[in-house]
Amino acid sequence: MAEEPKPVKAPAVMATVPWEGPIPDLLREHFGAAVLETSSYLDQPFAVVTLPAMVPALELLHAEADFDYLVDITAVDYPKRTPRFELVYIVYSHLRNERIRLKAAVGLGEQPLSAVPVFVGANWLEREVYDMFGITFSGHPDPRRILMPDEWTGFPLRKDYGIVEMDNRWVQANLGIESGQ
Amino acid sequence: MTSLDSNEMVLNMGPQHPSTHGVLRIVLKLDGERVTGTDCIIGYLHRGVEKIAENRTYVQFAPYVDRMDYLAAVSNGLGYCLAVEKLMNAVATPRAQAVRVILTELNRIASHLLWLGTHALDIGAITPLFYTLREREAVLKIFENYCGARLTTHAFRIGGLQYELYDGFEKEVEAFCTQFLPKVDEYEELLSGNRIWRERLRGVGVIDVETCKRFGVTGPVLRAAGLAWDLRKSQPYSGYEQYEFDVPTRTSGDTLDRYFVRLDEMRQSVRIIRQAVANIPSGPIMTKIAKVVKPAVGEAYVSIEAPKGELGYYIVSDGTTHPYRLRVRPPSFVNLQALGHMAKGALVADVVAIIGTIDIVLGEVDR
Repeated sequence: MAEEPKPVKAPAVMATVPWEGPIPDLLREHFGAAVLETSSYLDQPFAVVTLPAMVPALELLHAEADFDYLVDITAVDYPKRTPRFELVYIVYSHLRNERIRLKAAVGLGEQPLSAVPVFVGANWLEREVYDMFGITFSGHPDPRRILMPDEWTGFPLRKDYGIVEMDNRWVQANLGIESGQ
Repeated sequence: MTSLDSNEMVLNMGPQHPSTHGVLRIVLKLDGERVTGTDCIIGYLHRGVEKIAENRTYVQFAPYVDRMDYLAAVSNGLGYCLAVEKLMNAVATPRAQAVRVILTELNRIASHLLWLGTHALDIGAITPLFYTLREREAVLKIFENYCGARLTTHAFRIGGLQYELYDGFEKEVEAFCTQFLPKVDEYEELLSGNRIWRERLRGVGVIDVETCKRFGVTGPVLRAAGLAWDLRKSQPYSGYEQYEFDVPTRTSGDTLDRYFVRLDEMRQSVRIIRQAVANIPSGPIMTKIAKVVKPAVGEAYVSIEAPKGELGYYIVSDGTTHPYRLRVRPPSFVNLQALGHMAKGALVADVVAIIGTIDIVLGEVDR
């Protein structure tokens, strides 16, 4: 499809405000330049770190700031960006009653470290990220798909995967029908 | 699951096993009657809800969330509406908030009632199911009178409510509360004092607070282990800070304690409903919000205390009418992961009790 000319608009960006406090200070003190951004949007603070610093940062927050509950791990696909994906970790501290997000960019084929040694609960969450986006985690104890069938090809939550797209080879072999559509 | 010792055997449980509450398949590794390993195979109900969200507008997607945890559709809807409202920087009107609290707490009772009935059924006590479904019917009737639907209610809208309360709503809810509280005592009489029930559940599927935290387990499972953590208290939403209620906890973290916690939660829900229904503020039910829901570029994570634990929505907006990315943090999915820990060393017959006590809904696990 040919691209239609669009009126030129200023690029829309998230209207963030800087995030100050003991936690961004702690992160900067330990990781220095690996902490790329500490901001807050709608009163929800988040930090952007480099990919190698992610799991050490989780470990530090767990050990020194009581962020003892890994709420979620997920990813967002930005096909036009390099690196293409953004990994999002949400952690919560029962003691501080604070929830923060850590984000890192991941390129296609890059292997982020698994967070399972820090939080056992990361196991299934990382499997889901692999299943849906094709991001593999190095050191993951059980790197299988979780929601889709094991033999499925393709990663459904990538933006270039169509909403009605499916693995026709798998559908024909396992369901005995020509197509699911 | 890798290799087997000579005296180990593999037992497939599900996906068509009545005690798995849906289509959950568990591969059990057994040494005699003892479970030495579990492997959960999930995804049979995967519908790609998160993918669908990217292809629908915010308004169009709202009914879909009811189909995840279909036993607590109202909670799902509340979480979704709050998340989108957060992105839009909008807050529902006081009247809408109070009605939301009433319906959500009624739904918590309905969800816990169905859990209690089926859990008891799994364990061999058939009678409670008939009683709990009778009381649940009263809740579903209120939903039906309010919005026409019983299960997948789509009760809330982004910015407030679609429908004004019907005549006699307050009376009907109050009547339900009055007749329901003695029923909870009746369940207690049926089960809590029953020696078979107690012996069957005590010490089964024990999980402590530290392990809960490592797995990310939330909800009644965490509270039964001893941590009084409830998002309605720690990070109140929808006006929960105005209501007086306790967070029930227990200490041993076994199946029996989780049963007690859920019973107490139903009583606390009645407390909240009574306070809310006694003074529902007057005023509009919809806040002033753009007709076309189009949040600014940004992202937000909003979570609520669903009957099963922390239910969160992480939404990334690119400034259009469609979510760029919508992630659901499902409590059932995360809690189910702890099954392997809880079932290790248990008897095969206890696995049924442990699946029941986690309280999962496969529609939410698989999304």
